[in-house]
Amino acid sequence: MLLIYCPYCEEERSELEFRNGGDAHIARPTNIAEISDEEFEAYFFLRDNPKGVIFERWRHIHGCGRFFNAARDTVSDRFLTTYKAGEPKPDLDAEPKTSAEVETYEALEGAAQ
Amino acid sequence: MSGVNRISGAGRLTPARTARFTFDGRTLTALEGDTVASALIANDIHLVGRSFKYHRPRGILSAGAEEPNALLDVSRDAARRQPNVRATVQEVFDGMKVSSQNRWPSLAFDVGGFNDLLSPFFAAGFYYKTFMWPKAAWHRLYEPFIRRAAGLGVAPTEPDPDHYASRYVHCDVLVVGAGVAGLAAALAAAKAGAKVILCDEQPEVGGALHHDTGTVVDGKPGYAWAQETGKALAGMENVTVLPRTTAFGYYNHNFVGLVERVTDHLAAVDKTLPRERLWQVRAKKVILANGAIERHMVFANNDRPGIMLASAGRTYLNHFGVAVGKQVGIYTAHDSAYEAAFDLKKAGVAVPVIVDCRERPGDAVLEKARHLGIEVLKGHSVVNTTGKLRIASITVARNGGGGARKIAVDALLVSAGWTPSVHLFSQSRGKVKFDAATERFLPGTYAQDCLSIGACNGTDDLQATIDEALAAGELAARAAGAEGGAQVALTGQNAFEWTGGMIGAAEGAGPDTTVKAFIDFQHDVCAKDIRLAVREGMHSVEHIKRFTTNGMASDQGKLSNMHGLAIAAEALGKGIPEVGLTTFRQPYTPITFGAIVNHSRGSLFDPARKTPMHAWEEAQGAEFEDVGNWKRAWFYPKAGEDMHEAVARECRTVREVAGVFDASTLGKIEVVGPDAAKFLNLMYTNAWDNLKPGRCRYGIMLRDDGFVYDDGVVGRLAEDRFHVTTTTGGAPRVLQHMEDYLQTEFPDLKVWLTSTTEQWAVIAVQGPKAREIIAPLVEGIDLSNEAFPHMSVAEGRICGVPTRLFRMSFTGELGFEVNVPADYGQAVWEAIWGRAEPMGACAYGTETMHVLRAEKGYIIVGQDTDGTLTPHDAALSWAVSKKKPDFVGIRGLKRPDLVKDGRKQLVGLLTKDPKVVLEEGAQIVADPNEPKPMTMLGHVTSSYWSSNCGRSIAMAVVAGGQARLGQTLYVPMADRTIAVEVSDMVFFDKEGGRLHG
Repeated sequence: MLLIYCPYCEEERSELEFRNGGDAHIARPTNIAEISDEEFEAYFFLRDNPKGVIFERWRHIHGCGRFFNAARDTVSDRFLTTYKAGEPKPDLDAEPKTSAEVETYEALEGAAQ
Repeated sequence: MSGVNRISGAGRLTPARTARFTFDGRTLTALEGDTVASALIANDIHLVGRSFKYHRPRGILSAGAEEPNALLDVSRDAARRQPNVRATVQEVFDGMKVSSQNRWPSLAFDVGGFNDLLSPFFAAGFYYKTFMWPKAAWHRLYEPFIRRAAGLGVAPTEPDPDHYASRYVHCDVLVVGAGVAGLAAALAAAKAGAKVILCDEQPEVGGALHHDTGTVVDGKPGYAWAQETGKALAGMENVTVLPRTTAFGYYNHNFVGLVERVTDHLAAVDKTLPRERLWQVRAKKVILANGAIERHMVFANNDRPGIMLASAGRTYLNHFGVAVGKQVGIYTAHDSAYEAAFDLKKAGVAVPVIVDCRERPGDAVLEKARHLGIEVLKGHSVVNTTGKLRIASITVARNGGGGARKIAVDALLVSAGWTPSVHLFSQSRGKVKFDAATERFLPGTYAQDCLSIGACNGTDDLQATIDEALAAGELAARAAGAEGGAQVALTGQNAFEWTGGMIGAAEGAGPDTTVKAFIDFQHDVCAKDIRLAVREGMHSVEHIKRFTTNGMASDQGKLSNMHGLAIAAEALGKGIPEVGLTTFRQPYTPITFGAIVNHSRGSLFDPARKTPMHAWEEAQGAEFEDVGNWKRAWFYPKAGEDMHEAVARECRTVREVAGVFDASTLGKIEVVGPDAAKFLNLMYTNAWDNLKPGRCRYGIMLRDDGFVYDDGVVGRLAEDRFHVTTTTGGAPRVLQHMEDYLQTEFPDLKVWLTSTTEQWAVIAVQGPKAREIIAPLVEGIDLSNEAFPHMSVAEGRICGVPTRLFRMSFTGELGFEVNVPADYGQAVWEAIWGRAEPMGACAYGTETMHVLRAEKGYIIVGQDTDGTLTPHDAALSWAVSKKKPDFVGIRGLKRPDLVKDGRKQLVGLLTKDPKVVLEEGAQIVADPNEPKPMTMLGHVTSSYWSSNCGRSIAMAVVAGGQARLGQTLYVPMADRTIAVEVSDMVFFDKEGGRLHG
């Protein structure tokens, strides 16, 4: 079960409190009535299924009720960061990570010495 | 005496405290603290079961959770019976009944043993190859037969009378395993001030110290130190020590599942206690101190009762005070087994020989063996065994050939070395790496915040283990934020340094042989089966595993995986790391369904939602139907009425007089804010700007793909306040859908959404006398047609209680929906009923509601639509605004497939024979004589007997349906074909005058 940091509640909470909301940063065109079939297909139907980092939406449905965004590694299920809805896609290399790096035994052993 | 093999003065149990139990009907005496296995061996019983495939006699192999053979049926009473219990784990309690499994008619004479003679035919992959033809025989013959023959125990038939508990816990440091490493780590973490949980699957702490006698920790005998330390830890406020608790699963983000066995060892069950307790632990840091599991030797006929792991032999002697035999041989590739010989010899048990397949065993153990006068045969192997129901002799030969010698034994202790338990580490998605020097897989790359220490980390030396554990405990505590306490220092000393170990087949069971040298006891997999799998083309370790079923039994290959892998690697001509290990899966050991299901059974399996009027409806004898989690009154049968008669009466009564209906389950959302109308404009196809306060409108909600998502009546109470209703089942998803768009697409709108479904009780009063029924109860609202026409809403009082009163109708009759605060629901209902009943009105349920709405052609989203219908398909074009620049679904509706001709559209169907009622879901065709497969035009979505129309009525989706009005179509059924005519969907009061009555 995942631990998810809600950027509104500012707490890590259990996955049970959340619902996944699919890909993030897919803006509904403001002129949606006028767009072409191809544009509509791209907006509504086409999604990537990456092995690696995905930007996705979560809703803290059994908490504050807010939608927010997360960058998650689909291989390890690690959350690289979470951020509020409407904020721009973070630069993951520059951004300080919300959840701590996993410490390896070797690293801890090194720290012990 | 608690068994003939009990040695006076040996072991750690108290001789005076006995318990009696039965094994296959025979009464035996055990000591408190015995496992079933130790008690059986004490009574000189090694034969405890028959193997899975060949029905070979099997004995107790281990003294721990890894046991593959000794799976028994254990019961306390008729309902508390559990099959496949590991005898090496289950503690004996007074009065327990134990039975062997998978044998008939008796354990000593088993007809299934015939399979052993036929074993040349039961090679790996036998089932895949044999039972392919004829195809039809699979279901009727092969599968039932194999199912009956397969499996070991028999599932209990009575409901489980016990209860189970569940806890969520957070801690700084979770330590799994309470051997030397786990205890030291827990101590260091606890002294540093961390909140610590220490769990161990055994009844006491100590881990491998159970079998040990020579280890000294902190100047004390190891086991005594462990008990003292365990007690000290348990006494600390920041520590929880959980014995009899297995960490069975390591999940994401340091979430670890533990199952604690609370009462299974007690003679008298305290009914206030749960049988088991599930701990769901979220740990900041996890320390894995899982230890290592001894491997058996792979040689011909290595599965006879009396052959067991050397460490198990030591455990039975040193902990339980039980000698596993009177003439105990040793066969080993590792120094550790020598210590078993020493302990037995010192206890007065004859040890005729130590057979060591190595040329150079460790010097220290050799010296000691010489000192004790035990014969050691270096560079020798056991190449065969004899004994029908118990081992009687071993045949020993010099490696590479030479004269064989037969030695009489009644037990044989074996050891091929120790496999580090990397199960939980692997479950945490950590990657193991192969250490070639010691031929073992060890934790490599960590994926989660955990540390492995001690034997499961490949650390052999005791002092090194202690140092590693203390460092890890303190580091984990500090990393989790603990700041207090002093450092811990401990010293430890083993009796002997150990060397050695081997994986794969031993001498005499190599590639050129066809002997039965078992690697997986529980699934009867031999070394030769692995080789056969490779010969037959299985080159991936995953394929070999599935073809042979090696490691796929409930012990998950704790003993067999490394042997199987080594043999496969040899047969493939590859290195072990290239072949690779299969992934370990949860659970580590089998856990009960009770622990998993826990409280979620019976009435707690799924919550039932009841309306405020539920008690009244029950008292009136209503039948209920489930709608989502709701219990809804379905119909109200009078004495002697069946459902059909009750519904027909209710339908007529509503149209002739009136009916009262509980509509409380309708979803309700309060939409408030200066931009509320603007928001609803986007969420519904209809226009809301021009709806005046005090008026209602039927709205359709789409998804952006253009398909109908929900519908409902929306009332405007004020410029900035709407009362939105949704379908009963749709309420949560409609709110989610609205929140999604409000928060993420239209965040600038000033709108607030609140679910009010359970705040309002809703009483629908429908029928010609509806106004007359409620009028005297209502204050502050003029109910006349002029002041309060169809599709109006007003706030006022009813029976002195605040109400939101809607004039609306889902029946086609004059109708009101009375919303009152839920707590007043039943009182107001009873007041209305007090007026309605004397006038001849009825209470009606959901079935009548369905019929009445179908008579009027009102659709039910989710029944008449299925997520592929547009509002145009559902004949609701009138509700789609053509003027709005945007609403959710506006673009989807223009998609090429959604505007093309021939789409399935909702229409009415009238059977040519008015008495025939169609089946919902039945398919519709144009030509009933068309050869199969016929062209299917659509299907029936709603179908009822309408007593008001005096005939059957139906709704259906039909391709190009709206252009087929008047056409005759056909509904082919199994026994006949029904002719129908396509019609419009309004079957009753086509002009709609009754609404305005």
